[in-house]
Amino acid sequence: MIRSLHRWPGLIAALFLCVIALSGTALAVYPAIESVRSPSSADISVAELASRVQAMEPTVEQIRRAPSGRITAYYYEGDQPAAAVIDPATGEAIGNADTSALQRWLTNLHRSLFLSDAGRIMTATAAAAMLALCLSGLVLLARRSGGWRYLFSPARGTGHGKLHSSIARLSVFGLGLSSITALWMTAATFGFIPEGAGAPPFPSDVSGQTGANPAAITALEQTSVDKLRSLTFPVNGDKTDVFTLKTSDGEGYIDQGTGRMLAWADAGAWEHVTDFIVMLHTGQGAALLGLLLGLSALGIPFLSWTGLRLWLTGRKRGRARHSVAVGDADTIVLVGSEGGSTWGFADTLCGVLSESGLRVHVGPMSAFTPQRWPQAQRILLLAATYGDGEAPASAGNFLEKLAALPEAPKAPFAVLGFGDRSFPSFCGYAAKIARAGEAKGCRLLLPMETVDRQSPQDFARWGRDLAAVLGLEFELNHQPTPPKSRALTLVSRRDYGTDVQAPTAILRFALPTGSLWRRLTRRTFPGFEAGDILGILPEGSDLPRFYSLASGKRDGFVEICVRRHPGGLCSGQLTTLEPGQTIQAFLRHNPTFRPARGKAPVLLIGAGTGIGPLAGFARANRTKRPMHLYFGTRHPQSDALYAEELAAWQQNGRLASVTTAFSRGERPIYVQDTLRSDAAHVARLVSSGAQILVCGGREMAAGVSAALADILATQGLTLATLKAEGRYAEDVY
Amino acid sequence: MKSFLAVLAVTTALSAVTPAIAGEVTLTTNLRNYGGPGAYLAYYVTDASGKYLGSLWMSGGKARYYEHLTGWYRATGGNLGEIAGITGASVGSGRTLEVTLDLADALFDAGYELHIDAAVEDYRDSPNEIVVPLTSDGSGQPVQGSRYIADFTYTR
Repeated sequence: MIRSLHRWPGLIAALFLCVIALSGTALAVYPAIESVRSPSSADISVAELASRVQAMEPTVEQIRRAPSGRITAYYYEGDQPAAAVIDPATGEAIGNADTSALQRWLTNLHRSLFLSDAGRIMTATAAAAMLALCLSGLVLLARRSGGWRYLFSPARGTGHGKLHSSIARLSVFGLGLSSITALWMTAATFGFIPEGAGAPPFPSDVSGQTGANPAAITALEQTSVDKLRSLTFPVNGDKTDVFTLKTSDGEGYIDQGTGRMLAWADAGAWEHVTDFIVMLHTGQGAALLGLLLGLSALGIPFLSWTGLRLWLTGRKRGRARHSVAVGDADTIVLVGSEGGSTWGFADTLCGVLSESGLRVHVGPMSAFTPQRWPQAQRILLLAATYGDGEAPASAGNFLEKLAALPEAPKAPFAVLGFGDRSFPSFCGYAAKIARAGEAKGCRLLLPMETVDRQSPQDFARWGRDLAAVLGLEFELNHQPTPPKSRALTLVSRRDYGTDVQAPTAILRFALPTGSLWRRLTRRTFPGFEAGDILGILPEGSDLPRFYSLASGKRDGFVEICVRRHPGGLCSGQLTTLEPGQTIQAFLRHNPTFRPARGKAPVLLIGAGTGIGPLAGFARANRTKRPMHLYFGTRHPQSDALYAEELAAWQQNGRLASVTTAFSRGERPIYVQDTLRSDAAHVARLVSSGAQILVCGGREMAAGVSAALADILATQGLTLATLKAEGRYAEDVY
Repeated sequence: MKSFLAVLAVTTALSAVTPAIAGEVTLTTNLRNYGGPGAYLAYYVTDASGKYLGSLWMSGGKARYYEHLTGWYRATGGNLGEIAGITGASVGSGRTLEVTLDLADALFDAGYELHIDAAVEDYRDSPNEIVVPLTSDGSGQPVQGSRYIADFTYTR
């Protein structure tokens, strides 16, 4: 709901908003220039100013003060009306008072697209759309970062999604303010906002005398120039005319003979509010705010572009070839996918079922509205899992929607979970759905099944069960599209651990040349960093195996750490690879697992081949921020991975400390033991804002997180809070 | 070129001097190329002492800007009833406004004056930019403006 509230106004208004925003950004510069250029008028009264100007320009007709502090005098040169910017300290003309043609052009474009009232209504509509986008965007931002509290914690995700939310967080408040004030100003222009008292009735009775010296008029002496809006002099020779004074407090008429205030009207509350709002919007009188709003507006073109790309990508993923309209479908396939691979399975399923004569609709799980599916006879849920049993992106708040239904949907349903068995909560989200469905009293078409690591066999097996239940004959044959890979050539290898029955190698590959690598990664931003993932396609399998990178692109090579597993297809091929030979590989970004920007200390904790990315972080630590490494391995003589480098980095300050635990020494020690014995130090680092990065096997990670939880408890902290702040990340296999 | 036909609203002041004989009068206003946004123009009649009689025409649709037409605004207190039915759009820089209306013969050669106040957003106000006596001889004679109006002619 919120998503579509965000998407549609965004897509429709994007082009408009870009025009309005860019012209607004350009306009924001003017008040800043004006306020820098305008001489100060502090502590000068209107009386002083008026007499100074009159001394310089005896024909002066009007003096105006702009909110920026710029003072303009209107006078005559001969018969010709003239205007000049005035230095209030001297009354001298110091510049041209005309608004530049460019500024006028920009103003017209910005507020009415040169279309006068029709254009004003269009821009106001765009402002309303902008406001809707800001509000819905804030809700989405909060949802994305895990709650309102974490709105400003480091952005997660990759690519356009991350860029979109990062820019949005910087600009959303400025854009919100701009759009609210724009709406107010349009309402005021069209007369929907009550106006103030305006001018008091013109006095019918004047003294008939002339010649009062403005310097001696009490009302002018008592008014500071900072409050002045305008002072209009009486027309020469017209005895019935008066001085007209407008200030931020109100306006009134002053007798030109006696200097007496003849009439005065205070400005109303509405006028004050409207003036304030105009200042907020234009930055006239608040130049710095104006510049900030201008910068915020600069975010709109980027937000439009990334938003459009996100929508297009999502559409491409979410569209199955044979999908029919939801109201006509007898079979509803709902997809909960994070990275998009589950959509591929849904597509295959949809195709096969359609060929068997069913009318199938495929959609995201977030679109779960069974009350609107009159024809539906079965609901098939294909659900991946995000993180630790959380809902994946396209599932939205499926569980809440299910719980909120007045009664269980009539159509029976089947749940198929997608996941990776090496994670502790394998298909955790799918299991949650199955439990929630049961609790709701839903009928089951099939018991819940799972697909491990996109296994075509698992999927086909479930397909046979489904065919049996439906009384149909079909075979689900899904081949996941293999990622586009490219050959990497091994340059060098270092071997460890053969003595301790854990053959391990540090493999270094040549960096593929730029343009091809770019194509390989299929990303708009080239490059990779330590902690990103290298997917390797071993010969004889379409299923990639993933390794954490121990180098960044700046290092000039691609490095990974591999331990040979008995019978492991991929690790076997890698650990026997000789320099000059190649393997097929592709890149995946992993932005959550890397040191955050800044100077805060970093705790690197790992064991075995988990040292890989940690070594990469240390190597990339050119700013020499304090990085403390806790590293567990088997034996100093056998598998002390990166031993030489670790010593060198400690020497040149890239590592502040290295603590190694050897599990096969005289007294076996594990890395979590070193953490416990260093508890005070660790606690101090964390309370000073340190970030913790853990990499290694699952058992080690469990031991480490238990040790850390105990240490943090003494500080009143939990791993969950650190995780939410982006200060605790794991890369576990 | 804009052309309007307006029948002058009956204002008490004007009808007092009207023995019901009226003729068509065309007001032609050529604006200068002052380069800014559209000008607001207020056309009104006073007697020789400057006492306001009534309004003939208002160019410019947004009442909140009328206070910048200082002469008209002071005379009427900004009363929109004075210009009900005789309002048009603001006039662009360099453009011409032509208004045709029925005006009582008694207004001519009787010491009455026609005033035009002009105002442009972000520019100086120009009240009484044109002040011209209404006479039979003055018909068809252009009068120069000072700021926004190049010249103004009324033709009986």
